[in-house]
Amino acid sequence: MEFSATNLESGVVVVRVEGQLIVGNRQELKALVQDALDEGKRRFLIDFAHTGYIDSSGLGALVSLSRKIRDQNGTLRLAGLNEDLRSLFELTKLDTLFAIDASTDQALAKF
Amino acid sequence: MTAPLKLCVRRTDVVTSAGPAVEVSVVLPSDVRYIEESVELMARHCFAGYRASSRLRFRLQVTLSEALANAIICGNRQDPDKQVSIRAHSAPDHIELVVTDEGFGFDPDRVATSDAATEVESQCGRGLYLIRHLADRVAYNKEGNSICITLGRHP
Repeated sequence: MEFSATNLESGVVVVRVEGQLIVGNRQELKALVQDALDEGKRRFLIDFAHTGYIDSSGLGALVSLSRKIRDQNGTLRLAGLNEDLRSLFELTKLDTLFAIDASTDQALAKF
Repeated sequence: MTAPLKLCVRRTDVVTSAGPAVEVSVVLPSDVRYIEESVELMARHCFAGYRASSRLRFRLQVTLSEALANAIICGNRQDPDKQVSIRAHSAPDHIELVVTDEGFGFDPDRVATSDAATEVESQCGRGLYLIRHLADRVAYNKEGNSICITLGRHP
């Protein structure tokens, strides 16, 4: 399975993307986060430390999730992007849209 | 993956002026669930016998994934009666990937290749934008239903 969610005591939901985030599975990620929003969760950290690559649909899904979370007065942070993944966000200028941290520990300290 | 259709793979060893090369072809159904498997299959064949940097592998994965998504969604419109073909030429100094669909084609100059964060999930535009920035060369056939992506094996 590509996505897993862990509910921390602090209330942060850590979503791990293992493998790829692409057109074929992006709806699963969106559904996972939407379910958590429906349960009242508002703080999300998506961890890409074990992600191979992301396509444009995956990036689009992240933009969509960012808006949904923001509309619910929530917070989304991204972490664990390697140099290649980070370059995709920079190419598409999405690095200016997201709060991106080097590691999950750094991200969690900022919630 | 439970769909009954299977990928069709052909591999041919050829000799070029630059040295031994491999040609690989894959045909897949117009179903986005086959993209990841197809990309990994082509990567495995294209990098077999070569030392590939993680950056080159990443560029191949993203550009091929984008080209397949465009072919399946924008070209074949996910028509189950249509297929997408991939031809790869893996040479010592470069990799050439040709993705062809059975759609009506498009004019690449008329597709907005936006990087704008405001265009949520703009499938074809942002995908082409990534392809053009990650590939060393991109070309299209006259009909507009085939894209040729060249990736140099430079570091």
